[in-house]
Amino acid sequence: MVRDDLRCIYLIAAKDMRTYYLKPPAISWGIVFPVAWTLAFYLRSPGDFEELVPGLIAMTILFSTTAAEAVVINFEMRLGSLERLLLAPVSPRAVLLGKVLGGFLFGLLMTSVVTAGTVIGLDLRPDLTALIPVAVISLLVFSSMGALFSVGFKEVFEAQTFLNLPRFLMVFLCGVVYPISAMPSPLQFVSQILPLTYTVEGLRGAFSVVSSSPLIASFVLTGFLLLFIFPAMRIFGKRFD
Amino acid sequence: MKAIEVQGLTKRFGSLTAVEDVSFEVEEGEVFGLLGPNGSGKTTTIRMLVGLSRPTEGDARILGFDLSSGIAEAKRRIGVVPDSSNLYDELSARDNLLFMAKLYGVKKRVREERVEEVLRAFDLYDRRDDGFGTFSRGMKRSLTIAAALVHDPKLLFLDEPTVGLDVVAARSLRDLICDLHHRGLTIILTTHYLEEADRLCDRIAILVKGRIVAIDTPEGLKRFAEEGSVIEASFRGAASGHSDDLSARLPGSEVVFLDGTRVRVLGGDPSGVLEELFEFSRGHDLGLEAVNSMRPTLEDAFIRITGLSPAVMAKEKGGK
Repeated sequence: MVRDDLRCIYLIAAKDMRTYYLKPPAISWGIVFPVAWTLAFYLRSPGDFEELVPGLIAMTILFSTTAAEAVVINFEMRLGSLERLLLAPVSPRAVLLGKVLGGFLFGLLMTSVVTAGTVIGLDLRPDLTALIPVAVISLLVFSSMGALFSVGFKEVFEAQTFLNLPRFLMVFLCGVVYPISAMPSPLQFVSQILPLTYTVEGLRGAFSVVSSSPLIASFVLTGFLLLFIFPAMRIFGKRFD
Repeated sequence: MKAIEVQGLTKRFGSLTAVEDVSFEVEEGEVFGLLGPNGSGKTTTIRMLVGLSRPTEGDARILGFDLSSGIAEAKRRIGVVPDSSNLYDELSARDNLLFMAKLYGVKKRVREERVEEVLRAFDLYDRRDDGFGTFSRGMKRSLTIAAALVHDPKLLFLDEPTVGLDVVAARSLRDLICDLHHRGLTIILTTHYLEEADRLCDRIAILVKGRIVAIDTPEGLKRFAEEGSVIEASFRGAASGHSDDLSARLPGSEVVFLDGTRVRVLGGDPSGVLEELFEFSRGHDLGLEAVNSMRPTLEDAFIRITGLSPAVMAKEKGGK
């Protein structure tokens, strides 16, 4: 059964890459939105752009993974194709992990393009031993978060709309748009319980923008990953009870 | 060997009981029909038997595997055709089948061969590289069935296979199901089309409000209705507005209006029924156009057994 599940996780993710990566919601939220943010920040202050790179990578991770999850899960929920997967000798857990892997790979693709583009274009020297683990764990965290928020809905637009609540809350409170230290203390507290804050912190450490520890950020992000993935699997399993 | 053994299967959603204490057995090689109006529990029963939904009570054995503990093994040996054609629009016919074959663990050395064989069997080989989204409704249905057969299952579940198809596509699909039956495949078919069940099934279970009210061969069910006469009358005027009067005139008979001007009377003394029909027509000035004594159909048996009008069976999903 474990071998069947592993094979199906890979097959589902590979199929999702071929089937959904060019769907309009994935392109608009997963590609256009991060690119628009990048341009907006660059045009506002081209001189400080280097300092904004970790935040932009974090934003790309957040939007690309969550947008992809809403597409790969909700398109199939609406069409009934998700049930078709569950008719095969595969557990609901494996189907959901396949979907999370699909979102992760989409995010990885987008994040790699943005990171390579900014690193090469601005001649930056990030610490790859810190950058890669933080980015990979963050991609998994936000894929899982996207899955958790998508399994409760049938339509892509419902999931995307609902996902905007945590997405924009995190964008404004993670320290990219406004420094956390300058926020009122209740908002500082809220920012500390948001995963994007740790992604930004970890990436800033990797780019030596601040002296934060990517290791601690990775550790906290692993906690968020568990916090999202297990309830997502549970809710998904319950849907087909 | 029994392909399916179902014992006391029950499914509740909160206070709603969708399926209640359903028990039946299906022999290997049999076409077994679950017949009933929409909302009678057919699809819920199928969903439980294919592992998509957990029974609240009861158990079942599928090809010798226990539903509660051996569903993964059973799934390898069963094919399921859901009531909607939900393969992937973006993938070609061939890629859809290859994906399903991989998902079911069909070995690499036979996979391509098997996909080609199924495409040819369903007359889709020439369209193998076209996207599923470009197919007609009938072709989509055929490919959906092909996808359920690509791993060579021993048991096939067909949920409302001809819903939404035009007459020609539905007929060719029924021929295809007959062909699969002749090849020895065990088939479980849910339908709300009485003629379809009559034509395709070896045995039929009639479900009403989540319970099985009768199980027999189509002929056996018809014999049940043969115990009384079946007389059909057509009027020029709208007779259904006077249905209470006709029922009152024919105590002991079942009066079913097929539409506004056609009525079927089940049971009772034939001469007395004819006399009352003439009186009824004269009394309301309806103009009796034709009277026929009929051999009972499965529809008559269904009316007799369930007490439901055949009109409820004509309703598609969603009450349309």
